[in-house]
Parts: sequence; structure tokens; C-alpha cells
Amino acid sequence: MKANPRDVNTGTYYMDGDVAAGHGALAAGCRFIGGYPITPSTEAAETFARIAPKAGAVFIQMEDELGSIASVMGASWSGVKTMTITSGPGYSLMMEIIGLGAMIEAPFVILNIQRGGPSTGVPTKTGQADMMQSRWGSHGDYEIIAISPDSPQELFDYTIKAFNLSEKYRCPVMIMSDECVGHMSEKVVIPPAEEIEIEPRRFYNGPKEKYLPFKPDQDLVPKMVKAGDGYNLYITGLVHDERGYPITNQKEKGKRQQFPTRRLVDKIRLNADKIIELNEEGMDDAEVVVVSYGISYRVAIRGIEKAREKGIKVGNLRLITVWPFPDKKITELASKVKAFVVPEINYGQIVFEVERCSHGQANVVLIPHGGAGVHNPDDIAEAIEYAVKEKKKIRKVIEWKTRLEKFVFEGGYKLNK
Amino acid sequence: MEPLRKTEKDIHPMDDLLRMDRIPHIWCPGCGIGTAVTAFAAGLAKAEIDLTKTCIVSGIGCTGRVAGYVKLDSFHTTHGRAIAFATGIQVANPDLKVIVFSGDGDLISIGGNHFIHAARRNINMLVICVNNFIYAMTGGQVAPTTPLATYATTSPFGCVEPPFNIPYLADSSGAVYVARWTALHVRRLTNSIAEALKKPGFSVIEVISPCAMYYSRINRLGDGLDMMKFYHDNTEIRHGEDTKNLDIGFQTKIIVGKFVDRERPTYMDSYNKWLSGTKKD
Repeated sequence: MKANPRDVNTGTYYMDGDVAAGHGALAAGCRFIGGYPITPSTEAAETFARIAPKAGAVFIQMEDELGSIASVMGASWSGVKTMTITSGPGYSLMMEIIGLGAMIEAPFVILNIQRGGPSTGVPTKTGQADMMQSRWGSHGDYEIIAISPDSPQELFDYTIKAFNLSEKYRCPVMIMSDECVGHMSEKVVIPPAEEIEIEPRRFYNGPKEKYLPFKPDQDLVPKMVKAGDGYNLYITGLVHDERGYPITNQKEKGKRQQFPTRRLVDKIRLNADKIIELNEEGMDDAEVVVVSYGISYRVAIRGIEKAREKGIKVGNLRLITVWPFPDKKITELASKVKAFVVPEINYGQIVFEVERCSHGQANVVLIPHGGAGVHNPDDIAEAIEYAVKEKKKIRKVIEWKTRLEKFVFEGGYKLNK
Repeated sequence: MEPLRKTEKDIHPMDDLLRMDRIPHIWCPGCGIGTAVTAFAAGLAKAEIDLTKTCIVSGIGCTGRVAGYVKLDSFHTTHGRAIAFATGIQVANPDLKVIVFSGDGDLISIGGNHFIHAARRNINMLVICVNNFIYAMTGGQVAPTTPLATYATTSPFGCVEPPFNIPYLADSSGAVYVARWTALHVRRLTNSIAEALKKPGFSVIEVISPCAMYYSRINRLGDGLDMMKFYHDNTEIRHGEDTKNLDIGFQTKIIVGKFVDRERPTYMDSYNKWLSGTKKD
């Protein structure tokens, strides 16, 4: 299905990432955003609030982030495409209801323009430290999809993709961008509506009396209806059967708990190959592979250039989809290369996924960053150089001492023994 | 809608409004929530509104289970977020009438912020708040509605906090319709629900309900029937009473009635007005 021309402000612009995301949401067919202002994501909400009414969409500024995400769930079951926009502290507040979203299989998108943390942290500067939270933040077992754009253009494109994925798999989709990308102004091309592919909601159109709200299709995703269509839906956050009714029989609880949660996990895990999008370059003869995402990828490009100038064969693997994690790809690479180098703006999150998937076959080097800035490409180049030379198999994540770390901490804290 | 059962003798007038396949329900003997649901179902029938365009949202707790027994589009959400969830439903599809049916802890404590803001916005919804003065689902803990000096499992020496006066809170936040009844006033409650269902804007009906299992047991108030007798002897109907005067103390007189019935533009009215303004330029 193509985008509605009414929703697409076609043209070539010079805009920042947040604004591009607001335009992307509308182009994707978003009809409802419940949001709460938080730096550095406000421009996305402001943009949507400005452009939405002409397309018949609504922006409502809720009283808090809990209300924002809950209103998004309600709007989603009302039959429209929905999103909320937030950053670190607001994202933390939303966690419980993200679990509800996964449980009731409401399609929705969260735009998280990450900032430095924890707590209030550094509101106006960047960070990539919410990556694990996006995967594990709510209690219980569930799976989500997370995408990490690296430019304003991508914030436009991948916001549309996020909506498409959420409609297709009926799960929470997080756009895990960061302040750097959100506040970076670049050329953004918004194509004509007929060039934008959007995924319509998977509405049920069989006989009314046979409808079961949680009976999965072949790809494990059930078809949806909307409130007000006369289906007498019963949607609950309790463990439920295919009718949506809670499983109340004590004898069956243990046994039947397996069905809904198993499917919530499997509908993403088994479809992972279709969901995952990677960008790889220079892999053929690589000795070291740099694994990065978001703004760290753009910094890594320069680091890789510097290492290549010294004759080192470096591959560049970018995780566009961070969750589900590309396990197969990393394991396959681990048997071929000496080491992975993972620059990320945190003290180690995705690097442990890389370590898990490399199964001890390749060394894994983390280039940490405490946030409020991006890496120095020289650090990345030096870490690559080290990783090539290291002959020993080191059975833990090697933490690279960056210039900043050395300058601030003189190489880290030492405990008195 | 076709009746579920064949012989006329077996058909209950509320079969079409309740999910009979989920009965028996989970509420204890002597609880007032069942009465509130009966009154609600009767009110739905009386209001003669389009039931396919009516949704019910509940939070968590004893009253949070109501959504699951009512045969409408029903949503059982997270603790405290029922009103916010309902706001999303209503704003995304203004044709729908949303009823939030939940308890005092869910709506006034953890969901208090959503309650006052939905009232301020005047979102088109009816909030039915069953007030049993206690957190019953979790075993009788103190609530923001527990009267002063009342015992609860987490206030073993008597509640030291003054409670919220729900009609006053709703009134001062901007609700257009505010009423209070007890589980004894079934007919008046039914009429009130039928009236509020047709009223555009944020309406609040508080239903004082006995909790025979926790509230009355820990405070030695007898069983559900004793509580009903207490309501019979100690309630006074005062329509139009100033909501400031509606505080409830421990076993004091309870004033019931319809206190507020006024007109204000709803959220969607204001939104559309604003929208038509932008369309001109």
C-alpha cells in the first residue's frame, strides 16, 4: 500500500532529525500521538502537533509519560496507527505499559531520542545507554523490535519502517535514536507519496462469529479488529487464551501460560531473518569487524578509514536493527575474523550480545563512552590496531582505555585491596 | 442480538449485556461490585445507546475485573492507567463512548493524575468509581479513601491520613456530572448511570460499596448485609449539595445524590474548533 499524499510533505529540506521523525510518522499514516515534552525529543512532538491536524491526525499532550503510552495503547485498539515520543526518564516511566502493549499485541512505535543518563543525566547531550532497557525493560518475557537510525534522513525513512514493522508483527517497535542524530541538521528528501510503501493494519475480514482476537496466522501474528466494530472484544493484560479470556482454571494455568508468552517471543524470534536489517562493508577479507549502530556508526567510519590507511583489513558491520539481535551473522563472522570492535556510548551493552554470539571464537573489544559526546575516531583506529595484533584469545570483553577515560580517570578507578 | 439460551425461562434480561460464559465471577459474597455491575447493565439498557460504539475500560483490582464480565468492547489495562487508555480510545475515535469502571485505589491513588487531567480536558467518558475504602484485591491495605482512624492491614493502628473526597476532587477538576450512590441505591444508581451515559463530557459516579471480606472484617462491621443496613440507616440524599461537604468519616453519615450537572465544551469540541481555525490559513 502506498502512503496517502495528504500525509506526505514532499520536498527537499534542511531539517534536524527530530523534525524528520515527525514528518516520517505522519507519512507512515500515524493518526494519534500521545506525548509528554522531554529534551531532546520535543521537536518531533512539536512537528507532529503542527502538521497533524491538516491530515486529520491528533497530537495530545498527556499529563505524564505513563498517560502518553497508555493513551497510545487505547488509540491503537481504536484502529489507528500510533506513536509516542520520549527520551531516557520518560522511557523508564513507560516500561510497565510497554509490557501491556506486548501482551495485548497493540501495534505502536516509540521514538526514543536517547540522552545521557542515568536519572536526569545530561538532558541536552547524547547517549546510547537505553539499548538493553528497550529489550528487557518491562517485566516478563516478550520481544520487541528496535531500530537505530544514524541521520535525519534515516529518522524519516526508518520511522516509516518502524510503523510498518509494528503493523506487521503487532509488537512494540522502538526507534532508538540519540540526541546527536535528533539534533543534527542535514539534507532530508521526503519523496512523493507514491514512492513510500506503508503496511496497512492487518484487519480481520472473515465471519464475525468466528473471530478470535488472539488466534495467530501462519506467521504467528493474529489479525486485528478495532473497538466499535461490534466484536465485543475482551483485551486483557492477564494471560489469555485465543478468545482473549483470562486463563482462570488453576489446573491449566501453568500449562497454558506457555501458549501466549511462547508466541509473543516466537513471533519475533522465528521471523528474525525477515526483520533484521544490516549494513556491511569490507567484510570479504576482514581481520577485524567493527560492530556499531546509530551515531557511533558514523564516527566509526572515520576510525575505520584511519585503520585502513595503516593497511589493516577492517570490516564495517552496522546494526540498523539492533533487536532482534543478528545472532547468526555475528556467529558466522566470529569463525572468520580475529576480533570484533564495538564502539558504543555506554559502558557495555550491545558488546555483551556480540560476545555471546561470538562463542569465544573471536576477541571482543569494547570502546566505552560515558555519554554527553561521541567517540574520538583515533580511539577506534587504535583499538582496531590492537585487536589485529592481539594473538591471545581473551575470554572476556576487553575494555579499551580511550583518551577521554585516561584523561578523566587516569585509566579507571582502582579499588584498595 | 440472539439470546444465548433457548427456553424463555432460562433467559436472564442481562444475558445480552454480560459475558455469561465467564460467570461465575471472582467477587466475594457480600461485595457491592456485583450490584454496581447490575446497575450498570440496567443503566446501559435504559440509556438505549448504540452498544457497538460503547467501550469499557478497567484498571487493576477487584473492580478492575468488571471489564471482563461486560459484553462490550472491553479492556483490562494496567494499574492506574484506565483513564489514560480510555483517553486514547476516545480521542482516536470520537464516535466511541467510553466507560471507565474501576476502583478507588486504581482511579484516585495510582491513577489520580489521569483522573484530574481527564476531568480538566473534559474527555467524553463516564467514570464509575467503586469505592470500598480499601485495597481489597491485595488483602485490605489502606487506601487514599480510607477514613481517618479506620483499620487496614497496613494501618494497624488506624489510618492517619485524611481521605480524598472523590466528588469534590471531580467537581474541582472540571467534571460535568458528579453523583454518589451506595450499593444499596440500585434504582437511583441505575438512573444516574443511564443519565450520565447520555451526557457528553467527563462524568463521575462514585459507588460506595461494602467490602465484607476485608474492610468490614478488620473494622468489626459485620458482613455485607450489615453494611447495607448501615447504608440504609446512615445515608441521606441531598441533590445539588456542595461537594465540599461530602467528606466521609469512619461510620459517619454518607451524603448521596447528584451534585453536579453542568455544560462545558468537551475536548473534541475544542479540538475541532481549533482545527477549523487552522484550516482557514
